[in-house]
Amino acid sequence: MTNEKNRHVIPGEVIVSGQYRAEQNTVLDGDKVLATVIGLSDIHDGNVRVIPLTGGYYPKDDDLVVGKIASHSAMSWEVDINSCYAGMLPATDVFGRDFSSHSDDLSSKLKNGDLIVARIVNADKTRDPLLTISGRELGTIDSGELIEFSPSKVPRLIGKRGSMIQMIEGATGAQIIIGQNGMLVVSCDDPNGLLKAIQAIELVEEKVHVANLTDLVNEMLESKGE
Amino acid sequence: MGGRDTDIVLLDENGIRSDGRKVNETRKVSIKAGVLKNANGSAYIEFGENKILVGVYGPRDVHPKHMSDTDTGILRCRYHMAPFSVGERKNPAPSRREIEISKVIKEALEPAVMLKQFPRTAVDVYMEILQADGGTRCAALTGASVALADAGIPMRDLVAGCAAGKAADTVILDVNNEEDQAGQADLPIGYMPNLEKITLLQLDGVLTPDEYKKCIEIGIDGCKQVYEIQKKALQEKYFSNGEGK
Repeated sequence: MTNEKNRHVIPGEVIVSGQYRAEQNTVLDGDKVLATVIGLSDIHDGNVRVIPLTGGYYPKDDDLVVGKIASHSAMSWEVDINSCYAGMLPATDVFGRDFSSHSDDLSSKLKNGDLIVARIVNADKTRDPLLTISGRELGTIDSGELIEFSPSKVPRLIGKRGSMIQMIEGATGAQIIIGQNGMLVVSCDDPNGLLKAIQAIELVEEKVHVANLTDLVNEMLESKGE
Repeated sequence: MGGRDTDIVLLDENGIRSDGRKVNETRKVSIKAGVLKNANGSAYIEFGENKILVGVYGPRDVHPKHMSDTDTGILRCRYHMAPFSVGERKNPAPSRREIEISKVIKEALEPAVMLKQFPRTAVDVYMEILQADGGTRCAALTGASVALADAGIPMRDLVAGCAAGKAADTVILDVNNEEDQAGQADLPIGYMPNLEKITLLQLDGVLTPDEYKKCIEIGIDGCKQVYEIQKKALQEKYFSNGEGK
């Protein structure tokens, strides 16, 4: 079976025909596998998928997201997670099991506009995705620069096994929290490092489909480093 | 429609139409994807003298809430002609014709758009006719499908639109305004080229069964030509400065 990478496809385009499994962003029509979005096709061990180059964020279980508190009811917070579905953060997740809607005030812990790093516990689309902020590396964000990035380009920003993001962090000294939903928080003690990290992120967004992107970003990081 | 008397020669003795085209030739079509910053997806299409701007939003929350469907997303289309799109000022309020065209375009796009993936959401398509010259519904449909793809909404296939028809007792491809007014029939077609399925088919006028078959045949051929231009527009936006294979 052939392994083929990175062919540019548009919706409806036949990626391959024969005995293949249609995975993310593809659909089967007889024995033909068609792309459903604009992106790069990837055939691996008989599995065909398309890595999208455009489109919004659709919550998946276990995704790490950065969200902004939008409002709250008596029992939960509604969180803007840059998606067509609003995230739901239950009050019990923050107050613990002895939460009482009579005595506890939700706005005392998280106010509208607060940023959080959360994990998606349950996203079945029949209901709004359920979030949690209890866990390692989860919780509120106190400082940093919020950047809105294109969600479909997040995998490219992370790179293979985190290579791209590690390179940017290493060269600038910045800490970058990447939400799968395309919301990023960059923090750095050195203002120049912060600026450079943001420029590098913007470069990735702009040149997302270029093959030697890592070299390009490396070049940019080094050239302005002196 | 219905072969009104006119001074214009719709087809001369050499088989050339009033605007210089051959019987099976489409008008010049050009499409640009991603022209609007504030919409999630957009396209600008020039189909001969037709000029149409399409903006797509979504998937997003449904307002009013009672319209939302727990099993699937919904598609909402608005086809609107600008007051300056035609010779005499057009009242900008939605007319009976615009409401009908919005409905048929919505139904022509629905088989392509995979709305089941986004329950409780809506995808909104706004088509603004800036200049009209016959065949706007096909042109708007063509542009809408490019804008939907630009917005990253999953689609089984692109939908290409092109009309066939009859003028001066001859079957012609891509009917323009004069041919629509003075001709004998107009048959707009929406077609998914990879799935080989027709999603829009209307007929205004009278055709014999043989003429009808011929119209479908050349109409689909026209759609395939339009599809190539749609494809080029998307490739230009997304892959032009990369090293595509």
